[in-house]
Amino acid sequence: MIPYPFTYHRPASLKNAEALLASLPDAKLLAGGHTLIPAMKLRLANPAALIDIARLPELSFIHKEGDRMLIGAATTHAEVASSDVVRSAIPALARLAEVIGDPAVRHMGTLGGSIANNDPAADYPAGLLALATTVHTTRRQIAVDDFFTGMFSTALEEGEIVTQVEIPLPKRASYAKFANPASRYALVGVFVADTAGGIRVAVTGAASCVFRATEMEVALGHTFTPDAITPVCISPEGLNSDLHGSAEYRAHLITVIARRAVAAALDDPR
Amino acid sequence: MRDLHITVNGQEHRAEIEDRTLLVYFLRENLGLTGTHIGCDTSQCGACTVLLDGRAVKSCTVFAAQADDAEVVTIEGFGRDGALHPVQKAFREHHALQCGFCTPGMIITAVDLIRRKPKLDRNAIRAELEGNLCRCTGYHNIVNAVEAAAKANTEPSS
Repeated sequence: MIPYPFTYHRPASLKNAEALLASLPDAKLLAGGHTLIPAMKLRLANPAALIDIARLPELSFIHKEGDRMLIGAATTHAEVASSDVVRSAIPALARLAEVIGDPAVRHMGTLGGSIANNDPAADYPAGLLALATTVHTTRRQIAVDDFFTGMFSTALEEGEIVTQVEIPLPKRASYAKFANPASRYALVGVFVADTAGGIRVAVTGAASCVFRATEMEVALGHTFTPDAITPVCISPEGLNSDLHGSAEYRAHLITVIARRAVAAALDDPR
Repeated sequence: MRDLHITVNGQEHRAEIEDRTLLVYFLRENLGLTGTHIGCDTSQCGACTVLLDGRAVKSCTVFAAQADDAEVVTIEGFGRDGALHPVQKAFREHHALQCGFCTPGMIITAVDLIRRKPKLDRNAIRAELEGNLCRCTGYHNIVNAVEAAAKANTEPSS
């Protein structure tokens, strides 16, 4: 499969990338490309220009600074999954990165690309939403609660580039995922985090956009055990219904998977 | 059009290509390296797996331009001068190929895997091979071969 023609650009700095993005008509950023390139091959996406930011060193890093973790937008899933810093400070995030796609996909796919795309069944949106992340861009800082706005939609404006995410270290956290057996995308994925601001539970795969299960958060705030959320009834209203599963099935699955996530968070070694 | 500068299997190449050229087509059609197979062309089956700067990637989902100034190794880059690479040898010894279509991608994924995780159990091998499909369903012997190759790699050679 061959996409429509386009021009490829690889700027040497973030500043140059911003300038190109502003000047080239109908340009798109290319990070790992593992969503964009398949879409271009199917001719569902047809950008006139691609600006490759995957290899910008200023976007590829993992730092722990005090009680927060900073991860550059072009850091690959494989780098997050294998990072000793992430594995010791937020092991749940390393495990999340490890269950995205397959090893070859994880070598190319990037954190910034995943959240800017905001696929309804992607893993990172659940992790970052539950971890009360701040998304840094070339223009501002965006609280994660304001970042994911809908299906494949975010608060990012034209020409704005995600540069890094800032994650306050949770007391404990866990991600549990029921992967679609064919695509390995989350049919339902639940990230549970015990943060400074309270318990946060984020659900991906079940609706048109990642969302917080606030009733579960309240229940877990009282007692952090799997049984605490058993009585919480997730309404199928607004959930996805497709050939992979009905809304009722997904609603049920959210509770099952959330219980697994809480059980695993209790085993979080720290 | 653009000028591509790329090292493939240790040999430098310069070529004029369209920006939209996928790496797998460049390898097969420009360089004639047809050991890299196109299976699904949708980044699922892994038959097109190559090493890009040392890491296994699916070359049907990478533009050749992304590999500009990079180093690529294809299946032709293993087992030079008639001597098989240890992973190739393990595949032969364990009868880990039937029709052979998935084999180049399987071997490159296995080489990458053994580099990243020298200590592997069978469950880990199966999980790590999830991006490589064998339509003959010959997974059992593939896992045997990868396990043997990983073991041989950690043991001092006698």
